[in-house]
Amino acid sequence: MSSSTNTPSHHTSTIGAIGAPSRRNTELALLVFAVVIPVFAYANVGLAIDDKVPTGLLSYGLGLGLLAGVAHLGVRKFAPYADPLLLPLATLLNGLGLVVIWRLDQSKLLQSINQAGNAAPRQLLYTALGIAFFVVVLIFLKDHRVLQRYTYISMFAALVLLLLPLVPGLGANIYGAKIWIKIPGLGSLQPGEFAKIALAVFFAGYLMVKRDALALASRRFIGLYLPRGRDLGPILVVWFISILILVFETDLGTSLLFFGMFIIMLYVATERTSWIVFGLLMSAAGAVGVATFEPHVQQRVQAWLDPMKEYKLSQAGAAGHSEQSMQALWAFGSGGTLGSGLGQGHSDLIRFAANSDFILATFGEELGLAGIMAILLIYGLIVERGVRTALAARDPFGKLLAVGLSGAFALQVFVVSGGVMGLIPLTGMTMPFMAYGGSSVLANWALIGILIRISDTARRPAPAPAPSPDAEMTQVVRPS
Amino acid sequence: MNKPLRRIALFCGLLVLTLLLRDNWLQYVKTDSLKDDPKNRRVTIARYSIPRGDIIVDGSPITGSTETSTSGLNDLKYKRTYKNGAMWAPVTGYASQAFGANQLESIEDGILSGTDDRLFFRNTLGMLTGKAKSGGNVVTTLNQAAQSAAWSGLKKQGGKGAVVALDPSTGKILALASYPSYDPSSFAGNSTSTDSKAWQKLQKKYDPNDPMLNRALRETYPPGSTFKVVTASAALENNLYSSADEATNSPLPWIMPGTTTPLKNEGNLPCKNATLREALRVSCNSVFGKIGADLGNAKMLAEAKKFGFDTEQFTPIRSSASVFSDKMNDSQTALSSIGQFNTAATPLQMAMVASAVANDGKLMKPYMVDKLQSSGVDTIAQTEPEELSQPLSSKNAQILQSMMETVVEKGTGTSAKIPGVTVGGKTGTAQHGENNSENPYAWFLSYAKNADGSSPVAVAVVIEDDKANRDDISGGGLAAPIAKSVMEAVIDSKK
Repeated sequence: MSSSTNTPSHHTSTIGAIGAPSRRNTELALLVFAVVIPVFAYANVGLAIDDKVPTGLLSYGLGLGLLAGVAHLGVRKFAPYADPLLLPLATLLNGLGLVVIWRLDQSKLLQSINQAGNAAPRQLLYTALGIAFFVVVLIFLKDHRVLQRYTYISMFAALVLLLLPLVPGLGANIYGAKIWIKIPGLGSLQPGEFAKIALAVFFAGYLMVKRDALALASRRFIGLYLPRGRDLGPILVVWFISILILVFETDLGTSLLFFGMFIIMLYVATERTSWIVFGLLMSAAGAVGVATFEPHVQQRVQAWLDPMKEYKLSQAGAAGHSEQSMQALWAFGSGGTLGSGLGQGHSDLIRFAANSDFILATFGEELGLAGIMAILLIYGLIVERGVRTALAARDPFGKLLAVGLSGAFALQVFVVSGGVMGLIPLTGMTMPFMAYGGSSVLANWALIGILIRISDTARRPAPAPAPSPDAEMTQVVRPS
Repeated sequence: MNKPLRRIALFCGLLVLTLLLRDNWLQYVKTDSLKDDPKNRRVTIARYSIPRGDIIVDGSPITGSTETSTSGLNDLKYKRTYKNGAMWAPVTGYASQAFGANQLESIEDGILSGTDDRLFFRNTLGMLTGKAKSGGNVVTTLNQAAQSAAWSGLKKQGGKGAVVALDPSTGKILALASYPSYDPSSFAGNSTSTDSKAWQKLQKKYDPNDPMLNRALRETYPPGSTFKVVTASAALENNLYSSADEATNSPLPWIMPGTTTPLKNEGNLPCKNATLREALRVSCNSVFGKIGADLGNAKMLAEAKKFGFDTEQFTPIRSSASVFSDKMNDSQTALSSIGQFNTAATPLQMAMVASAVANDGKLMKPYMVDKLQSSGVDTIAQTEPEELSQPLSSKNAQILQSMMETVVEKGTGTSAKIPGVTVGGKTGTAQHGENNSENPYAWFLSYAKNADGSSPVAVAVVIEDDKANRDDISGGGLAAPIAKSVMEAVIDSKK
């Protein structure tokens, strides 16, 4: 922690210099935009589809405005010095996601295969729960360092969450990936989304304690610091668990996300590049190794290499093949530079998961290259504000937790949108905030809540130095 | 810890940059190929989102569009309709919601569906003035009366067959009929109960007559004796003989070179040293076979190629390439020169032969799209007649014309005579099958001539009839009456 406490002049805006503005009014102004833009988008969809302003516009606008207002008041009261961008950016993405989910609800094709219809009201409910969760995090997590106490409980919780989908009767295999659990009467849940946060807490707590041992005890070999054999233990365990996820839950995305998050945090904790080299080698070996015997992973790779062949196989009725990848590419391509306009595309042709895993394709078709670039930049901004929070944090645990959460967020955005755009093989994860799904919305609002808590602590003005008690209180005891 | 943090920030930035680059690749670089991919259903949706433009014959449309019910899952708003669909199918092709499009419907799809760049300005203007986007029209060169005559002739005949009529001076296609045919209306929609069943029934698998085959352009038949017109022009062009009425050097029987087999004539014909006129009139195999052998493969091939053999034609509907083989020995060349052996021709090809002779030796490129119009009937493209080649000189063409006119006047083609009009023609009866066991094809090609020597129409007719009595099949008996009615229809429509 040698460099974090110094406050050179050009860092005064982020590192809590005394008297730094709280920026709450900036946040409020940005929130107005984050609510108004989705409201306009909503009106736009209604006009395009039914030629009239949708009847739900007022209630939708008021609902989103109210939720944003509650979140803002929560931040103002419980985290007054927090980063002013995180909340508006997340609200904007959540609002746009709601609009597009509602737009896909209007598709007769999706209604006919039970993929849409009343998803938007439910997503609005999830959003309300998510924001409630966000405020709860701010109220009860007074200081993020409290989480340090739960390091090993978090590990246990993360393992349980990750293993839940494998419990017979509880887990559900949806399109090949076993990353869901079904709760009778409540619907399905993606525990991996919550495991992401629990694991970040565990890694941060663990690495804060062990980082010196991992960083210092090593030998130099061709410019790289090789860790001692026994220090390899933790990375091997995490690697092994990731491989297990890949094998048993057949989900490349989740596996990559957790291992990637660990490598990022390990690198930040130890400042040793060698860990990255090790991490890359191990993930490559693991992925290739599993791909040699796991047919689901092989098929995903085949579909990625030749989506057209996959499409033809699916059209010919071959079992286990999906036209989704090709349909998503067509949706993006048909959008072109400016898009077809909201409500005027045909992304419902993707059918299954059009409003969850593949929601980005609808944005691509209807808002075009311009819209997708804006959305990707918004995600990028959230990540960079998160990393900036890590830079500003004064304690190593906070730094590690913030970078872990932001890194996981960045990897998730990359893996999901890369998969939908055909850059990498498709995985079963969802776009944070935009995709339909309660677990994802809840978990990501909690993630933003923790980042806001850390940034509040980081930017809070240092308490005025207490007057030295020695000056007045020390009394000379004289012998009487 | 801050140094690695900054690097992680950079790494996350790179992840986003990679996504941005990929997105630019997809939505900017590859956008056109993805957007216009025929498998992309948006192409079909766009094609049927507005009333399709029409295909027009003699000023009136032979196609239409009807609004379909978009209730349920049907995302296609309009459906194609056809007037007298079976008769026009070889021209229009089909535009089906479920099965795509072919022929003119496919080739001119951009104009018909209003997406062609040449319509962009008008569509943009229409958007500003609040007019809905609409498709343009395709105006064809076809002649309603000639097509009806060809179609009813084939239908009455009842066997498989095809008719092509051309305007020799321009290359305009006046009639293009194929029998049996299909009604493209029957599967224009996408209902699985009606359209798919109709489509399936038309497939060759279920209908051995293969009604969806465009015989006028895509089927090649041995041309038989009609090919003697090409052989005769090769003889004149290569100065083997220089007039219709000089005696040829033709022994009877004539033994094919390198063999002991004589080339037989159909019956006891006066073919010994016959003049070209007489040889064509009675259709002497021995005379024309020997001409082919005397000229040799190379010269015969060169002449056939000038008439358009061995090349696909784009009318703009593609026609198969007719065949005259290369690297044959003299006896094979002799057989090929009377339209047997490997020689095979599309009906369009033989109509081109007749039209080149009728047009004083100039072969015009056959075409069927006269012009493309916007929905406001402004012309946006006009096809100009184009000379393809000159297979024979004007003088030789006139010699050949007088020979072909003798065939109709007092030869095998007398049933094509039209009172008050000069008609030239040539019959053909082509053998095919193992040891010529199958029924021969009946051919007739002909042209009509005005008083000033110009020709308004050239026709080729082919009939394959496996039900008819073998002896009945001869070009003069089956095919010539159809050719005659088509020529009459064209002449009457010009009056």
